[in-house]
Amino acid sequence: MASIEDLFKVVKNRFVDDSRPAAKSKGVEIPQDLLFKCPRCGNVLYKEEFVRALNVCPKCDYHARLTWQERLELTVDDGSFVEFDAELRSLNPIGFPKYEEKIAKLKEQCGTNEAIVTGECTIRGYRCVIGIMDSHFMMASMGSVVGEKITRAFEYATERGLPVVMFTASGGARMQEGIISLMQMAKTSGAVKRHSDAGGLYVTVLTDPTTGGVAASFASLGDIILAEPKVLIGFAGRRVIEDTIRQRLPDDFQSAEFQQECGFVDMIVSRGMMRKALSNILKLHGFPKETAVRK
Amino acid sequence: MTAWERMGLVHDKNRPTISDYIPAIFTRFMEFHGDRYYGDDAAILGGIGYLSDTAVTVIAQMKGRNLEENKRSNFSMPHPEGYRKALRLAKQAEKFKRPIICLVDTPGAYCGIEAEKRGQGEAIARNLYEFMTLKTPIISVVLGEGGSGGALALAVCDELAMLENALYSVISPRGAASILWKDSSKEREACEILKITAEDLTKFGVCDKIIKEPDGGAQNAPEQAADSIYEYLVDAVNRLNSADRTELVERRYQKFRKIGMYAE
Repeated sequence: MASIEDLFKVVKNRFVDDSRPAAKSKGVEIPQDLLFKCPRCGNVLYKEEFVRALNVCPKCDYHARLTWQERLELTVDDGSFVEFDAELRSLNPIGFPKYEEKIAKLKEQCGTNEAIVTGECTIRGYRCVIGIMDSHFMMASMGSVVGEKITRAFEYATERGLPVVMFTASGGARMQEGIISLMQMAKTSGAVKRHSDAGGLYVTVLTDPTTGGVAASFASLGDIILAEPKVLIGFAGRRVIEDTIRQRLPDDFQSAEFQQECGFVDMIVSRGMMRKALSNILKLHGFPKETAVRK
Repeated sequence: MTAWERMGLVHDKNRPTISDYIPAIFTRFMEFHGDRYYGDDAAILGGIGYLSDTAVTVIAQMKGRNLEENKRSNFSMPHPEGYRKALRLAKQAEKFKRPIICLVDTPGAYCGIEAEKRGQGEAIARNLYEFMTLKTPIISVVLGEGGSGGALALAVCDELAMLENALYSVISPRGAASILWKDSSKEREACEILKITAEDLTKFGVCDKIIKEPDGGAQNAPEQAADSIYEYLVDAVNRLNSADRTELVERRYQKFRKIGMYAE
């Protein structure tokens, strides 16, 4: 750990040296594209170092949010991923003001039609259906498309006896789609139930943040529930609870570690070990390892 | 009537609650307590009784009629043990082939430290998951407020009915206003935007039956409102109870399966 601490000091010094004059003279903010500030511990380091550490804060071990592309790259075997339902896109069921514009903008920014990407892949040779939620897309809230994609992914897996690995991240149900978004909680949970009744294995990986209607549906229903270190997991928002009880909550409230202590997480797995943990789970459930990498 | 006006009726302190409805609708009702893990949550009342001549399981959210009752039932905001009690009684109903009647009336699941520690998210998720395949008819009626996941946990059902003025929403209009405009006083605008009335929900295929209320709202003639609920329930139980169980469960899955609006 000493070397990381040293590295951190070097980085910090570099940051101080580089930014101070600028900050003094112009009052500029931390350049987002060069530096990363950890939202948990406030640690600041060069983005380059942070990316090299798989977007994990070296000081507090917070596992920062990834884009779906980054997660895919870190998780699946090269060339093995075949996407499902990429063309599925949102409508505006309750005529919510400016909803279409917002979605259109996010599509461009995130390179996907919606807040989840689903498909089939292998992880270290083990075939599975995978879902990756991307919090950069409207906080990965669940509307019709997210619900439908998850349901279809589970139905596909059920028909073929495949396991499902779901990387969850969400602010909850998407209020811009009104009651229809709430119904996606029931729909996805029903699809998980059918997959389970057919003997299917479902592994959830809770990533930052997994909350609200997603925590209260498919994210909490894995046969095995993994979580990344230090991520936020909970039903109600922190501020909502603080407003209700009129006191400040401890910092570790609703962390992955808190949830494990309360009995809702099987294992906390760091990012660098996730592929190994997932493939080991698949192996232990008797799934065969495929040697040939499918294109 | 606008959603906002209906919200006024739903929050009317004289609006009948399950304390009025249960004695008027069911006979020989007995209340059962506890989730067998942690405790008993007074926000959800459960028990068995007769609906006409059919024994049924009743699971209902307890709005208080005064401050004292509301303190006891936590303003009808259940904790995880409430949802787990509901699930225990629902499984018992399945075992003894009793139809399940859920009466929904909650601002939402409780948001607090203890609720989080005991797994509010997990408790709700588990109910959605298990209710989906229970091999017995499930009928849910929204009496007043259907507040988000806290209501849905008692509303995975074969038929969802709503009282004419009842509301059912993914988020409270106040909560939506504070997120959308950082101003919870714009509750009224959010109320209309969210499309939360029984009529709206019928259009979306969420609500299957609107139960008419007495003129001006249920508080004007609680007995008449109870009669309308009774009539609907007797009819629904008779219809659903004769269905083949496998078909019933398949239809329930399809009812939720088809809800969604997207293009491809």
